[in-house]
Amino acid sequence: MPLIEFAEVTHAFGDGPAVLEDVTVSLHERRIGIIGGNGSGKSTFVRMINGLVVPEAGTVRVDGDSTANQARRIRRKVGFCFTNPDSQIVMPTVAEDVAFGLRRLKISKTEVQERVAAILETYGLKQLADRPAHTLSGGQKQLLALASVVVTEPEVLILDEPTTLLDLSNERRIRREIEQLDLQVILVTHHLHLLDGFDRTLVFHQGRLVADDHPDQARTTYRALI
Amino acid sequence: MSDLMTYTAGTSIIHRLPAGAKVLALAVVSITTVVIERPWLTAAALALAATATVLARLPRRLLVKQWKAYLVVVGLLGGYQWLTDGPAKAFQVAGGLAALLALAGVVSATTRTTELLELAVRCSTERVGITLALGIRSVAVVYDLARDVRAAQLARGLGFSLRAFAVPLVVRSLRQADGLAEALIARGFDD
Repeated sequence: MPLIEFAEVTHAFGDGPAVLEDVTVSLHERRIGIIGGNGSGKSTFVRMINGLVVPEAGTVRVDGDSTANQARRIRRKVGFCFTNPDSQIVMPTVAEDVAFGLRRLKISKTEVQERVAAILETYGLKQLADRPAHTLSGGQKQLLALASVVVTEPEVLILDEPTTLLDLSNERRIRREIEQLDLQVILVTHHLHLLDGFDRTLVFHQGRLVADDHPDQARTTYRALI
Repeated sequence: MSDLMTYTAGTSIIHRLPAGAKVLALAVVSITTVVIERPWLTAAALALAATATVLARLPRRLLVKQWKAYLVVVGLLGGYQWLTDGPAKAFQVAGGLAALLALAGVVSATTRTTELLELAVRCSTERVGITLALGIRSVAVVYDLARDVRAAQLARGLGFSLRAFAVPLVVRSLRQADGLAEALIARGFDD
């Protein structure tokens, strides 16, 4: 698994208060959970991993590459799935959106078609391939967002509250898909049961990393904080 | 209405035409209709649009949606032209617009955005192609946002107010644009 290293990272947006303060941590486990209240800094933390946010102080490295100057290389390794799939879906139809991420890989059209067909089959979206993406249900949109990232074969997948907008059935579906992924997964969530079976969980509170533990202990710490 | 500008799968002869041919035909009809102001030309453009619509075998549901939107614009423009320049000019202007909207609807409904994107990339750059694709996708997104804003107003018992409608729509559109930009970067389109 890739090694993600945060060294003395502090960050604030503009003149506002620090959203992350003095975070130092190394991540290499297969399944890592991130929990914390709203505004605790967890989303900023994961955005830093693929360079969407570059820290004002400190460094973030993925397999030795710094996000400050090698973000493009890092983004080929680190996929990102957002809370709201509507923000992530770029192309008008389902198949086109899955194919969109592959444009940057400079692979042949035949391979693009094969990879798109395979991932749509895996995620049960094959019948919806030509449907306008915005007409899908919330669960289908989140599956599409996930498929569009996974098809590019990243080594790390960051999921920022992917089940927040979903009902119970779709939450289970996404959870099942996440469980089957053979890559490093970093999951930000308020749905604490999703962390069952995870290797490690970080707890953020007011911009600080306050616990770094097994999910059971981390959940206890988080509950005590709120 | 939000699927007005998106591809509708099909196997019709119009679907099978190359994207370049369709876009070129649309451009030729557009320029000819606007530059050469003749009623017979407007009639020919309308006939061509009707033929293309029939040949494309688009779902009736989509056509009804398309024309509900188009008729408002065409009707207002035609009415204004009738009052100011008479029926011949109204037919020419509103009929020409109707023909072009219908043809544009047929082209966008029978051509995958990827094909349009490839065409744009061949003619200019990938950046232009992606911008076009995002433009097409944004029509649906902004329409959905507008519908949500209006629904929220109605739920709060408010009548129509342009400011109360426009402000949240602009704010949400900008927020959506920010999210989309972030997603594009995350998906590796960061140059």
